[in-house]
Amino acid sequence: MQLVISGLAMGCVYGLIAMGFVLIYKATEAVNFAQGDMMMLGAFITLGLTNDQYMALPFWISVPIAISLMGCLGYLLDSLIIRRMFGQSQLAVVILTIALGFVARFLAGAIWGHDPQSLESPISGQYFRISDIVIGVPEIWIIGITISLTVVLFVFFAKTKLGVAMQAASQNQMAAYYMGIPVRRVNSLIWALSGIVAAIAGILFASKNAIDPGTGLLGIKAFAAAVIGGLGSLPGALLGGLLIGLIEPFAARYLEGDIARIMPYLVLVLILIFRPHGILSQVQKKKV
Amino acid sequence: MNPPILKIDNLESYYGPIMAIRGVSLIVEEGQIVTVLGANGAGKTTLLKTISGIMDPEKGTISFMGEKIQGKEPDKIVQKGITHVPEGREVFPILTVEENLRMGAYSRRDKENIHTDLDLVYDYFPILRKCKSQQAGTLSGGQQQMMAIGRGLMARPKIMLLDEPSLGLSPLLTRDIFLIIKRLNVEQGVTMILVEQNAKVALDVANYGYVMELGRIVMSDHSSKLQSSKDIQEFYLGQSEQASERGQKRWKQRKTWR
Repeated sequence: MQLVISGLAMGCVYGLIAMGFVLIYKATEAVNFAQGDMMMLGAFITLGLTNDQYMALPFWISVPIAISLMGCLGYLLDSLIIRRMFGQSQLAVVILTIALGFVARFLAGAIWGHDPQSLESPISGQYFRISDIVIGVPEIWIIGITISLTVVLFVFFAKTKLGVAMQAASQNQMAAYYMGIPVRRVNSLIWALSGIVAAIAGILFASKNAIDPGTGLLGIKAFAAAVIGGLGSLPGALLGGLLIGLIEPFAARYLEGDIARIMPYLVLVLILIFRPHGILSQVQKKKV
Repeated sequence: MNPPILKIDNLESYYGPIMAIRGVSLIVEEGQIVTVLGANGAGKTTLLKTISGIMDPEKGTISFMGEKIQGKEPDKIVQKGITHVPEGREVFPILTVEENLRMGAYSRRDKENIHTDLDLVYDYFPILRKCKSQQAGTLSGGQQQMMAIGRGLMARPKIMLLDEPSLGLSPLLTRDIFLIIKRLNVEQGVTMILVEQNAKVALDVANYGYVMELGRIVMSDHSSKLQSSKDIQEFYLGQSEQASERGQKRWKQRKTWR
């Protein structure tokens, strides 16, 4: 039971990062491999604002600041850098994001050092017991916030004009131009949104684990989660994240160390063989 | 006579390195249907894309109600009242029909009227009301074309640019759609530029016609006159009473504009 809850919590973090992958993939058909590093940056910005040896702001003030900073960063990344690659191959964009990931990693190392640090958040380190099960408060927060964020995103994409326009622009970019949807701005807003989601994932991750600039490499596992769920499906991303989050602790418990570490990727391979589009994928059909 | 609603002067547009439009000038009067005819690669679609801002012209001016609009972003041009119903419909395949239609009204600020316009579209295309919560990708080609026209209408345009609405449709459906196009023009007062390969149906509904070839306008006249012109009959309407007797000589025959 304890394994389930901590697995779910970790899975939620993977799921949130995976959602960031999916958002950008759907909009621009490029994979942002810096997504994990954006999460790491979000976590470090919060840490830098909150922790005593840096700015020592109250946690509840630094969280919104960090989230909005990451939102702006996402917007600027797209409008200043990624957009210039317009018309280049997708591969070029992907490599660019990998490079950006490295930049983010070393930048974070230069500012905050390479040693693991923990975020002094009011929710970290507490736990309570139900009979003999120990449940950490951060885990409850992680699960709760992920669920509410998913609901918010769902309502946003299904009901608001901007959300539907984002879907429209990702399904048929040309038609979106014809309809007078400002596609470039919509794309930048999607990057902003994925920056925000990354920041939230980072804050949640940091309130459970210690972080260092290499934490962003977690993004690779989240990418596996996104692929398992079906790149292009937000609920799929969350599902894939949960799946990987659950597989990890159980494999670690019942299998030998190295083999256990293979398990998430083994699942990825199996799913790619038997359901190449992922578990929940939207198969698009276009008629002429 | 009022000044024309759209006036294009000496427009040049490149499609990559290829000069697709070589100095086109045309005039559209308010309330008219103007058709642009021509074979594949004549530059008709490029002309429409340049008007709607998808492509930027190299030279020349486009003035819409007296204002220069060439080279502006497509979202600004839609806001001014020009919508483009693209070739091949270009629907949003996994949005519902109603969401697709609402996207047509994206640039509009007057929320309260959107609902009445939605009803208007459904009145013109009753079939869309029946499948309004269906994904647009599952519609038939004709339904998608109706939806694309309806979606263009949702922007409440002053001018609608229609790019080959008959593409891939049966003759019967083509006739239905052109009847509705004519009704929209008469009843809603929507000015239209209609690009077509199917010269017969296009000239039937249009007031005025231009013929494009290799990026230039080679002929223009009232559509009734174009219909009776010998060249148009030969090359676009395919009427061939004499064709049997001089069929083998046709390759020799020169068009009057060459």
